[in-house]
Amino acid sequence: MQGCRGAGVQGCRGAGVPQEQGSVESSIISTEIYLELRELSIRTIRERIAARTLSAVELCRAALDRIERLSELNAFITVTADAALARAEQIDRAAASGDPLPPLAGAIIAIKDNMVISGVRTTAGSRILFNYKPPYTATAVERLRQAGAIVVGKTNCDEFAMGSSNENSAYGPVKNPWDAARVPGGSSGGSAVAVAAGMATAALGSDTGGSIRQPASLCGVVGIKPTYGRVSRYGLIAFGSSLDQIGPLANSVEDVARILNSIAGRDSSDSTSSDIETDDYVAALEGDARGLRVGVPRQYYGEGLDPEVRAHIEAAIKKFEEMGAEIVDVGLPHTEYAVPVYYLIATAEASSNLARYDGVRYGFRAEEAPTLKEMYSRTRDQGFGAEVKRRIMLGTYALSAGYYDAYYGKAQKVRSLIESDFRNAFASCDVIATPTSPTPAFRLGEKTDDPLEMYLSDIYTITVNLAGVPGVSLPCGLSSEGLPIGIQLIGRHFDEARLLRAARNLERAIAFNSKPGAVENL
Amino acid sequence: MRENYEAVIGLEIHAQLKTDSKIFCGCSTRFGDEPDSNTCPVCLGLPGALPVLNSRVIEMATRAALALNLRVNRESIFSRKNYFYPDLPKGYQISQYDRPFSEHGWVEIPTSERNQSGHAVAWSMKQFRITRLHLEEDAGKSLHEGMPDSASKSYVDLNRSGVPLAEIVSEPDFRSSWEAYDYMQYLRRTLIYIGVCDGNMEEGSLRCDANVSVRLRGAERFGTKVELKNLNSFRFLQHALEYEIDRQIEAIEAGEKIVQETRLWNERESKTYCMRSKEEAHDYRYFPEPDLPPLMVSEEMIEELRAGMPELPEARRRRFMEEYGLAADDAAQLTDARPAADYFEAVTRASGNAKSAANWILNELARELKNTGTEIDRSPVTAEELASMIRMIDACTISGKMAKEVLADMYRSGRSAEEVVREMGGGQVSDEAEIRAIIDQAVAANPRQLEQYRAGKAALLGFFVGQVMKASEGRANPQVVNRLLKERLDNTEQGD
Repeated sequence: MQGCRGAGVQGCRGAGVPQEQGSVESSIISTEIYLELRELSIRTIRERIAARTLSAVELCRAALDRIERLSELNAFITVTADAALARAEQIDRAAASGDPLPPLAGAIIAIKDNMVISGVRTTAGSRILFNYKPPYTATAVERLRQAGAIVVGKTNCDEFAMGSSNENSAYGPVKNPWDAARVPGGSSGGSAVAVAAGMATAALGSDTGGSIRQPASLCGVVGIKPTYGRVSRYGLIAFGSSLDQIGPLANSVEDVARILNSIAGRDSSDSTSSDIETDDYVAALEGDARGLRVGVPRQYYGEGLDPEVRAHIEAAIKKFEEMGAEIVDVGLPHTEYAVPVYYLIATAEASSNLARYDGVRYGFRAEEAPTLKEMYSRTRDQGFGAEVKRRIMLGTYALSAGYYDAYYGKAQKVRSLIESDFRNAFASCDVIATPTSPTPAFRLGEKTDDPLEMYLSDIYTITVNLAGVPGVSLPCGLSSEGLPIGIQLIGRHFDEARLLRAARNLERAIAFNSKPGAVENL
Repeated sequence: MRENYEAVIGLEIHAQLKTDSKIFCGCSTRFGDEPDSNTCPVCLGLPGALPVLNSRVIEMATRAALALNLRVNRESIFSRKNYFYPDLPKGYQISQYDRPFSEHGWVEIPTSERNQSGHAVAWSMKQFRITRLHLEEDAGKSLHEGMPDSASKSYVDLNRSGVPLAEIVSEPDFRSSWEAYDYMQYLRRTLIYIGVCDGNMEEGSLRCDANVSVRLRGAERFGTKVELKNLNSFRFLQHALEYEIDRQIEAIEAGEKIVQETRLWNERESKTYCMRSKEEAHDYRYFPEPDLPPLMVSEEMIEELRAGMPELPEARRRRFMEEYGLAADDAAQLTDARPAADYFEAVTRASGNAKSAANWILNELARELKNTGTEIDRSPVTAEELASMIRMIDACTISGKMAKEVLADMYRSGRSAEEVVREMGGGQVSDEAEIRAIIDQAVAANPRQLEQYRAGKAALLGFFVGQVMKASEGRANPQVVNRLLKERLDNTEQGD
């Protein structure tokens, strides 16, 4: 299937759909199955496979077919069709012999291309890893597999997860299925699009400053960044190690909770993973919102917030009130420093994390350099894109002798103030409600020339990473242009259970059920 | 000219901790395996891999810190030291920077200048302060030579990447190359003693860098320091320091300024060379390692390890002198390595004769061990057997002269002292009747000498002792022979 990328749709059909089907017919079938993919919850998939009313292979073929047909969205960098079908067959065999099926049996999952899978090319969206095949598998991916998930491929993302629009990928930008002229958000844009456009049941993304929640918001899906330390980072290609966290994107809060159940928990390979007990996040969804205290931080509703977005968020908060929740004003007074603090800490860590891409052992190496130093600098010059280089330089500067205290050292201090902001706020509320992104999806190319403008699109999400608390984005309506708008709910450290229950109640109250239309015209 | 100056030296010693696995992953630390065979995603620095601290490292580092009187910090943090080099797979080394594992230590050790022939002039006790001991991972090894295509290519072996190191930084307390030498010797002996480092300098288990400056005697301020690298044997260390001290003094005398730089010792040419100037020095951009939580060491753990610490060589040396009355040199030799000291104490315990135990171990046994290239803890003569041989000497069952043969036999055959002596004919003869009979024969066989003796030539007693010993094949107890022979020769009443 990998060899088919870029080839005509017809030429690739053989991998998924019986040959004798004509293109018109098969497109009807795939539309039908597309609808199923978006509407089949993880629980339903497992139940129907167990009941033999759905075959995992059939579902997997539909997903592969859909990925192929929507290749223009550029959501995937690598499709692992053969391995996925083999896994699907295993699940069907297990179902046929009446074996109990694992919790995610048959769920089609896409993995952001910054998580390693043994033997599968992993690029992190960078040229510098264009040929890199890791010899081991990330813990989170391994846990999904153990839970019966079918990994269908590796999704496109901003290079080394650095970006908010998915325009920084060496493999081309990803397009938003709601409007193919717009960005899907980033950096987990491919993962968000895979879910939104029905190419996968769910996806894993990673979130350093909003990279799960912001694309989830811009693509109209649900995405959670768990508490720092809740999901193992082992096998996640590091960007900002003290901020990075893996999390799921899916069509519903329930599916997100179900995946979190499988991937959360202590991993002895990641010293920063927590041994605090995990909850049953699916069971935790039961219960209403009465008595829930929803904090609204005034700092998040000021300048730069699109009025339409504001209106939708306020309407969503109103729904909370109608459900019997208590709305409380909270302050997060150090929010204004979040962007500079984030861009010092994340870039400092990145400058060190990306030092290993030097052309010596794996990946891209510039040819014919006369000296070692030249080999390093040409490799990194040609291997990294502009945004990555910009951040490496920023981070290197922030850590330099004589500047450390003024930049990195100071940023760490302000980071702890931001953390205490959240502790203080959570003294009077259970969850905090904010916009996820100041605007709906913007146009491709709209902000590429203005990095600062681009950085500000993360303004509501980065504080959450700085504080290490969990945050979830879920759709709360469409803009007048028909673009999805997301609301972010933030919870206490390791309080994903309560956070997801709040999200589930809001999801039910909003009943968002619009589908991206643009894809059907591709 | 040189007398007007004083050298100021500080040492940075990297000691490889003797763990089975690496500091942040489970790979083996074995030396000499096929290149890259002891590697995994973590020590290869592959994308996405994360470090997990090996708890054995904390244990060994704590023991080392305790031995050097360092204060172990309850909480220390790992930092990243960033620089590019092909044998550094992550582009940074995980080390410790502003909150190291332990600080504020010292040692008090004997040190002495040496004369032309390398002999100690006068030992005296001196205290040297130790700034810190911190933990870090080793890098891989670059191979620039020895491959068929070495002219055009360099190779990297990552087996050593991630091997645990303790970096031990001293204060600038050494005033001569021999002080530095004696300190390094002491450090090596101590680390081996407590079982945290094998001290093998050829394999790089112990490596040394030095900071050297000179100043006019009596001056308060330090001179500009030069860092010396590649001092990976005791000889290199001492030679390089001497060379560098001379070089700096000569430069100052010639009116030149010392430049702050890093110099490399070249043993073949007996010179130091500039490796990089201060301007070329790296900015390592240290910052706290976000992949590892702070390293916590509890009071209980420290106390538990303290309780399990063996007696250290210096204390043991002093005790051997006081408790067993050993000479300073013997005590020093016996405490140089723990197995010899343990062996000595076992022999002493079982024989009750410390001086004799020391003599036999340091002379006869040492020679046998050396000839066969055997370590004392693998000696074919066990401490118990050596002790039983010493008891036989003390009971006059065998003579000291016989004992040498007995020990040689024991060493060769691995048999017990008793067995060897029995086979040799039962050991020393002290039975007076038996000895008298031999004396009678000897006297009867040498009437002329008897006459001369009785005429006043007393020195002939020795002749008769010799005859008796010869006739008894050396087994007669010489004291008994002496006494009885004197009686016999002086007794003219006997019918001779």
